[in-house]
Amino acid sequence: MSISLRINGEERLLDVDPEMPLLWVLRDVLGLTGTKYGCGAALCGACTVHLEGQVVRSCVTPVRRAQGKSVTTIEGLSPDGSHPLQRAWVEQGVPQCGFCQAGQLMTAAALLKEHPVPTDAQIDQSMAGNLCRCGTYCRIRDAIKKVSGGGR
Amino acid sequence: MTGPLVIARRSFLRGLNLAVGGLTLGFSFSARAQKAPVPSGSQALDATAPGLNPNVFLHVAPDGLVTIVCHRSEMGQGIRSSLPVLIADELGAQMARVKIRQADGDVVYGDQNTDGSNSIRGFYEDLRRVGATARMMLIEAAAARWKVRADECVAKDHLVTHRPTKRRLGFGALAVEAARRKIPEPKTVVLRPRSELTSLTANMPLLDGPAYVTGQAMFGADVRLPGMLTVVIARPPVVGGTIVRFDAADALAVPGVVKVVEMPQPKVPWHFQPWGGLAVVAENTWAAMRGRAALHITWAAGPNGAYDSEVFKAALSKAVSVPGLVARKVGDAEAALKSAARTVEAEYHVPHLPHLPMEPPVAVARMTSDLCEVWAPTQNPQAAQKEVARALGVPLEKVRVHVTFLGGAFGRKAKADFCSEAAVLAKMLGVPVRMQFTREDDLRHDYVNTVSTNRLTAGLDPSGRVVALRYRTAFPSIQSLFGDPATPEPEDLQQGVLDLAFAVPNLTAEIGVATAHTRIGWLRSVYNIFQGFSIGSFVDELAHERKADPRDVWLELIGPPRKLSLSDLGVKELKNYGQPLELHPVDAGRLRNVIDRVTRAARWDERGRDGRFLGLAAHRSFLSYVAAIVSMIKRPDGKLVVDEVWVALDAGIIVNAERVRAQMEGSVIFGMSLALYGGITMKNGAIEQENFRDGGRIVRMGEAPRKTWVDLMESDAAPGGVGEPGVPPIAPAIANAVFALTGQRVRELPLIKAMGRQRV
Ligand code: FES
Ligand code: FES
Repeated sequence: MSISLRINGEERLLDVDPEMPLLWVLRDVLGLTGTKYGCGAALCGACTVHLEGQVVRSCVTPVRRAQGKSVTTIEGLSPDGSHPLQRAWVEQGVPQCGFCQAGQLMTAAALLKEHPVPTDAQIDQSMAGNLCRCGTYCRIRDAIKKVSGGGR
Repeated sequence: MTGPLVIARRSFLRGLNLAVGGLTLGFSFSARAQKAPVPSGSQALDATAPGLNPNVFLHVAPDGLVTIVCHRSEMGQGIRSSLPVLIADELGAQMARVKIRQADGDVVYGDQNTDGSNSIRGFYEDLRRVGATARMMLIEAAAARWKVRADECVAKDHLVTHRPTKRRLGFGALAVEAARRKIPEPKTVVLRPRSELTSLTANMPLLDGPAYVTGQAMFGADVRLPGMLTVVIARPPVVGGTIVRFDAADALAVPGVVKVVEMPQPKVPWHFQPWGGLAVVAENTWAAMRGRAALHITWAAGPNGAYDSEVFKAALSKAVSVPGLVARKVGDAEAALKSAARTVEAEYHVPHLPHLPMEPPVAVARMTSDLCEVWAPTQNPQAAQKEVARALGVPLEKVRVHVTFLGGAFGRKAKADFCSEAAVLAKMLGVPVRMQFTREDDLRHDYVNTVSTNRLTAGLDPSGRVVALRYRTAFPSIQSLFGDPATPEPEDLQQGVLDLAFAVPNLTAEIGVATAHTRIGWLRSVYNIFQGFSIGSFVDELAHERKADPRDVWLELIGPPRKLSLSDLGVKELKNYGQPLELHPVDAGRLRNVIDRVTRAARWDERGRDGRFLGLAAHRSFLSYVAAIVSMIKRPDGKLVVDEVWVALDAGIIVNAERVRAQMEGSVIFGMSLALYGGITMKNGAIEQENFRDGGRIVRMGEAPRKTWVDLMESDAAPGGVGEPGVPPIAPAIANAVFALTGQRVRELPLIKAMGRQRV
């Protein structure tokens, strides 16, 4: 069966099993490897992408749910790494190993769309699904606040 | 890590040994000329490119481009933003004109095993010498051209300048001439004064930051080869287990599944061998995972099938209830305990702990008639090369290991099992393969940190002073992975027991009997985790017994500032993380200093006020000294949360302070995860945890401290480790803060076990 969807602004027609999770379509079929596999069970957020602007865990999202919709991945967050969050992440040295950071950025970007100046509680709540084993949480919080102008 | 590498070489054979210290930086050039189509862009050597090549780490091209090889793996510690920057600094290069290349596994680089917090502490001077050698050669070339004295010239900003006349020449313009000069003897290489090195004095940018935030950084699973298939393996749930029978028909019926093959069965000792089991080969990851789920396998558990962590806990407790092998002895602790006015005794238990790197183990391999190539997020590419060669039965030269970015590692990826599995499969299948661990695999087939029980007994005189300390510890040793699964050696106690800088006049440390029943590995800070937890908690208990301030008791136990000799410590030898005591003494003064600094930063004397309850602990590990204070508060809903954390670190000379701070911040979260939630339990020989839940749970954003304060001590001492030493004091500091807040003393990790979900 074929699935049509828009990925990072580009129309794609795919011949894939509609039940295949979006994560594996992105990584194995389309070669968009910026989106990471961390748990496969909606527990870690490494696979976070936007579906119609909303945060989804692509590891548990069958690709059929993206039929006719638009998907944004880390590769499409900005054309050149210039999204204010990406810039703040680099300036403030947020990443350690970097593996979780695509997911963190996608969640943070969606958060700022909904709440341009999020409170601490809103940050903690919306970022709760994104694990970072390296422990970059404090810097993530600070970077989000810096971009939103809401921080110290 | 992008693009193919050119490390040019014309003069490799000229020098033979760069190092004057412990490290041998090999100079022999093995003339490999494969132009590797390497997706990871790791190193390929081109022996024909012109320019200056004083050693295998550095090349200056005639156009001025400086290429520096990073021979250590990048796993989040920021080593690629530190070591090459240090070399560039010594050289006097502009970072904008430096290209960093990730080294393949190759003995020419000396030790590449990126663990033991060793990258800076082990290579600091030798790698500075790499840059300084090239700098001297460029300066000599310029001086010869100008017919002036070399000592009138300086190298800075990618230029050599003749100070008296202000004449200048770029590094590129000098590279070819410099290459004709004799490589200076290591003894004659002069290092810059430290004040000239910006990597030591300023915050350095995170060089790989842009690659991380755009999804361009290539991790192990991101490597793509033409015709590559994906493999997921069903491994025996019990270490040493075997397949009795299997039926793969349902698995083969899953669309996309190509084949099911049997993996070689490992033999004791386990080392880094593949784990055995059945491999499902498929066109994509999802098909491989579904195929594996459809396998029907009957396993035989083998000799470890009875291992039960709860039962084993009782065995460890028994082991520390009787005298063990004495590993450290000062005075006569037994006699002093008998005559003490009072004794205090406590037993501490820390379970097996998982690594849980965010990126599960993965490797890509390709086998041709004369070469096996592996791309992997490995901490130790030379160990991977060796294990792959062993598994394939080919000579070492037939194996090349390219190092990708590591999505976290924490010791897990120092083991080469996943590389070996991929290579074995590439050979069996005749096509390139990606062997992917799922998260469940990562937990169930981990080389877990060992499990331990410690019993500490102190004797107090009538005034409350500690006159005796008996430290008993029992835990299966890492040595069991490579040989005999029995009791640890005295040297296993070097981590936090033999080097415990206490001035107690009667002190013994004893090792109890403990046999390994699973694969024991090393996890970030290793044995220090439970040694630090035990002693850090026990000092707090002693303070409570005496109704004294824990800080004062720490300082009293440590005694006056001094360097402890082997006889002061009461040990015959001290491995001291591979470093001589003269260079890295056990320094009571430095331990005191970090305690002093951290208690001032955290306003220790005001603890208990404003609902701010503080716990303190300190620990020496990997030749660095760390003290930490955790502030716990009770939320209105009754939950206990870590509010703020203060860390004081004395790691000697600090390279790239910004990344060092990041390591301390990360260590706090890592320490919190293992203190609050971490714990692998085993039933019928198998690990029970499956994913980021229960014992595999780790701290989330909302649980992270509101603020972590890091205080880096300025020091001229030789550099100590940074990646691991921040971890050990965190768990005891948390337990001590919990006690300060609730009066409940928790002697077993994870804390959630004693306290319940509603409390933490
Ligand atoms: S991989 Fe999707 S949430 Fe972890
Ligand atoms: S930066 Fe390594 S897991 Fe987040």
